[in-house]
Amino acid sequence: MNARTLPLLATVAIFLIAYAVCYAQFPAMLSTRVIGNLLTDNAFLGIAAVGMTFVILSGGIDLSIGSVIAFSGVFIAVLLRDTGLHPLPVFAMLLVVTTLFGAAMGATIHWLEMPPFIVTLAGMFLARGMAYVLSIDSVPITHEFYDTLQGLYYLMPGKGRLTFIGGLMLLVFLAGILLAHRTRFGTNVYALGGGAQTARLMGVPVGRTTVQIYALSGFLAGLSGIVFSIYTSAGYSLATVGVELDAIAAVVIGGTLLTGGSGFVAGTLIGVMIMGLIQTYIIFDGTLSSWWTKIVIGILLFGFIVLQKALVWLTGRNGRALGAAR
Amino acid sequence: MNGATAFLRRIAPQLVTLTVLLLLVALVFPGFFEISIANGRLYGSPIDILNRGAPVALLAIGMTLVIATKGIDLSVGAVMAICGAVAAAAIDQGLGLVPALALALGVGLACGLWNGLLVAMLGIQPIVATLMLMVAGRGIAQLITEGTILTFTHEGLIFIGAGAFLAIPMPVLIWIATGLLVAFIVRRTALGMLIEAIGVNPRASTLAGINTRVLLIAVYMTSGLCAALAGVIAAADIKGADANNAGLWLELDAILAVVIGGTSLLGGRFSIIASLIGAMIIQTVNTGILLSGFPPEFNLIIKAAIILVILVLQSPAVRTAFVFLRREKPSAQAKAETVAQ
Amino acid sequence: MSESQPRLRATAVTKTFPGTVALDRVDFTLQAGEVHALLGENGAGKSTLIKCLTGAYRRDSGDIVLDGSVIDPRDTLEAQGHGIGTVYQEVNLLPNLTVAENLFLGHQPTRFGMISGRAMKARARAVLAQYALDIDAGRNLEVYSVAVQQVVAIARAVMLSGKVLILDEPTASLDAHEVRMLFDVVRSLKERGLGIVFISHFLDQVYEISDRITVLRNGQLVGSEATADLDRVRLVNMMLGRELEQETRESGRTDRPEGAPAIRFRDFGRTGRIAPFDLDIHKGEVVGVAGLLGSGRTETAEVLFGVAPHDSGRAEADGKALTLHSPRSAVANGFGFCPEDRKSDGIIGDLSVRENIVLALQARRGWTRPLPAREQAAMAEDFIRRLDIRTPDAEKPVGQLSGGNQQKVLLARWLATNPRFLILDEPTRGIDVGAHAEIIRLIEDLCAEGMSLLVISSELDELVAYSHRVIVVRDRRHVAELVGAEITTDNMVTAIASDERETAA
Repeated sequence: MNARTLPLLATVAIFLIAYAVCYAQFPAMLSTRVIGNLLTDNAFLGIAAVGMTFVILSGGIDLSIGSVIAFSGVFIAVLLRDTGLHPLPVFAMLLVVTTLFGAAMGATIHWLEMPPFIVTLAGMFLARGMAYVLSIDSVPITHEFYDTLQGLYYLMPGKGRLTFIGGLMLLVFLAGILLAHRTRFGTNVYALGGGAQTARLMGVPVGRTTVQIYALSGFLAGLSGIVFSIYTSAGYSLATVGVELDAIAAVVIGGTLLTGGSGFVAGTLIGVMIMGLIQTYIIFDGTLSSWWTKIVIGILLFGFIVLQKALVWLTGRNGRALGAAR
Repeated sequence: MNGATAFLRRIAPQLVTLTVLLLLVALVFPGFFEISIANGRLYGSPIDILNRGAPVALLAIGMTLVIATKGIDLSVGAVMAICGAVAAAAIDQGLGLVPALALALGVGLACGLWNGLLVAMLGIQPIVATLMLMVAGRGIAQLITEGTILTFTHEGLIFIGAGAFLAIPMPVLIWIATGLLVAFIVRRTALGMLIEAIGVNPRASTLAGINTRVLLIAVYMTSGLCAALAGVIAAADIKGADANNAGLWLELDAILAVVIGGTSLLGGRFSIIASLIGAMIIQTVNTGILLSGFPPEFNLIIKAAIILVILVLQSPAVRTAFVFLRREKPSAQAKAETVAQ
Repeated sequence: MSESQPRLRATAVTKTFPGTVALDRVDFTLQAGEVHALLGENGAGKSTLIKCLTGAYRRDSGDIVLDGSVIDPRDTLEAQGHGIGTVYQEVNLLPNLTVAENLFLGHQPTRFGMISGRAMKARARAVLAQYALDIDAGRNLEVYSVAVQQVVAIARAVMLSGKVLILDEPTASLDAHEVRMLFDVVRSLKERGLGIVFISHFLDQVYEISDRITVLRNGQLVGSEATADLDRVRLVNMMLGRELEQETRESGRTDRPEGAPAIRFRDFGRTGRIAPFDLDIHKGEVVGVAGLLGSGRTETAEVLFGVAPHDSGRAEADGKALTLHSPRSAVANGFGFCPEDRKSDGIIGDLSVRENIVLALQARRGWTRPLPAREQAAMAEDFIRRLDIRTPDAEKPVGQLSGGNQQKVLLARWLATNPRFLILDEPTRGIDVGAHAEIIRLIEDLCAEGMSLLVISSELDELVAYSHRVIVVRDRRHVAELVGAEITTDNMVTAIASDERETAA
């Protein structure tokens, strides 16, 4: 067994144990209805977290996604309100905008040699600011196409509903898994996270890959914005503040190394589900307060970061022996 | 070169920027510089900027030191929320002002110690190490306030946020005093130089006999202490501890203030005074946009633009280009040198 | 094998960096089916030559001819395309990817844009079978030993290039068994007609595997001979040379201080770095350390100074035990250490000359007792004058000075602490001739003032010039000690060159 898969196994184990605990206390939690809600409520986070997984795997970080999601919602709502356009062309325009936005950040990171943290911080301010400029107020979306999308669902056995957006998230995860593990782009992302210098020596097109990674994150943040607008039927520039932090947490709890190079897209799905499960548990319990979510997530983060550090230390002993021999 | 002129030269870009911004605002809003005294306290837009900018200025003090060691502290906003909550809860429990303040500041130090241990002893990347507290901290603060805005009526505590001493609002006094004190300490002792040495070359610093670990921990603890002060002020200002919103995203403003102040995110040379001016620049932009009737929506876009400009100026790639120019054309030498500084 | 047309011929390759000539009209010829060892100390120009051949550096002048046609690679990928592959000591693969991914990165077999993991693994297995390596190609590279990683790196390099293979210190971190396995691979590649360049500082291995040896020194070609015709003593002579100017003396200094030693190390060592050794150092004595790169000479210094704290033995001075578990405690005991790698371990580049000079003293005093600004300035001015540090003023960032002046600043940093024991690791490497002579004179002056010094150098003549005693290090062990008149370059060369079995006998 690869040491790198250990965090993923830990994630799966935590999820199963947590679910078992929930089930022991509230048997109602083991129903397709709860699972359906879990998927629907976390759809936008999950989609954005897929993009974040690629960014973090490459050794970067993207702080802009929460703002981009909010911008997307406002963009869609304002365009639907002020023009007679059908949502589909609006979606297409939006995805082009957010993808280019991400690509521009990637290009800045690569060619200006600046830390992703600060570049995407500027992106975060910029996207949020653009959302404000479009509209400060919450803009409701009323379009029959939206009603159609919201009404779409697949009735699972046990009367649980797999909604359109929940299903879309699963599809995005599937696509993300294929992209990460079955394409040259995916391998290049891991290569960058393993060491940009070595990757360059081995022939990985570092600049192009960096731009593609942030473009992908921008695209998925846009898609997540679309999903969020379907979920809330509105666009609001103050929405989804801090979603980037939730996404980062989901990625790390999903077993991905925050310094890059190691992790799985599938783990992120479980990470998102763990976070959703904590919230669901708190709702079921009724007496616990919502802030426990953050504390538990913080503790999980700590556990995973220390676990990763220990693994890096253990596997790095080869490397240290090597360094000592110099 | 005289020390005073060197210092002035160091903070000149920030001073010029601040002055230009202030003049710009005054141009759009003629009454800008009017200051009045009422109820033994100064009022007016410049005072407002100094007062509103207090939390970011305080955070920027600790953040400057952290960034000088090639680190970053993402947790300061959350620490603000925790310490504000601690102070409010302690006052509401009937503790006196001094024990309540001591408790809040002590918790801030403890938060800093936690971050410092993760960074210095476990060797976790600063951005990763401080992210944990950033995520969990707000939950801890809510745990203390039990989810409500924990209000208080203690005159002494409120005085810290809303009172005035010698007509100057307390928050202004506190951040200026803290800033000067910390700046004085790091420059009058050897701390400043040792911190810069660690930021530039940690390995060589250790080999020269510097106690790198202890210094790193001390720096993060300073950051925690500054965040605690900011948290108490923020709580006192609204007469209550708001775990959700106190210090929200201020870590980013603090980092921005440090970067505007010309301290490189790659560590090394730092100036606390320049960071404080940076904090005032940010607050001037905020207040100025409000006053001059621009829609506040533009605030964030202007911040983004500022970051972009600084990014380009600080970019290693752009610097390399300048060095290249210098080699190509000796005439460009003087210009490139000023930029390199 | 055709002697008429070599696989690779480089003629008059020159490369300069600001301030230094790294390669000075060096010729290098590699035949097909030949293992050609490239030897030289640090800074001799080995890696610069390799980087010019692989396009990592652009050479200033000179021609490279591969199989009869002129090539001019602009980067390593282009060189790879021409057929020149390189494997470095620090394996340049990605430990977080699988073995198969490492082999095929950028060339993965795809179908409809999708990588077929199974096809890739099958191909990887086939490739690795040629190297008698039977491992699971689907597992991450990091789970395998460095030796396996080296072979994977070689397999990738050969697969992508196939004419010339450059092995840059591939055996540095391998054990004897692993070296044998690697050499089997090298021999089979040689039989397949590849030209192989082998860089190593293990002479035993060089004699075991190579057909021809080329030695570089200070950026110049010293000579190139068939391995069978070159005995060890002559080889070490070629590498360490003897060409220091006029004032060379025949043997070491005999005015060795008498009396009880100032510092006494007993059974001092650290597992895996340097075998336990005894060392007595007198006041006013210079102890030289001679040995090849990787012999344990730098490790000796690092264990003494607490960089890699000792795990056996003890140290005492004036009858009192010394704690030396970190550089900090070593400094507290009056030790100083100028490391070999000035840039990464020595100078604080962005800080000024003044700050770099006062740094160690300030660190020892603690942060609460700052040196007054005036004292700092005076101290900096004093050392700038005494050591003749060429800088416009004391406030210039030290990173902008030349190598020799940086070295003097480092010396000044330790002299400012007034140490009783100063360790210098290659104090004269990479600095110009003038500064070179000044530093040697300084060492002699310090010793006359009563300081104890331990100086590591690959310039044997230099060691002869100032040492009272020389310790010869080989295979991470102190193998010989030469005193006074015994210190001659010949004796040192002999001690360095003699192989294990002879000394053990």
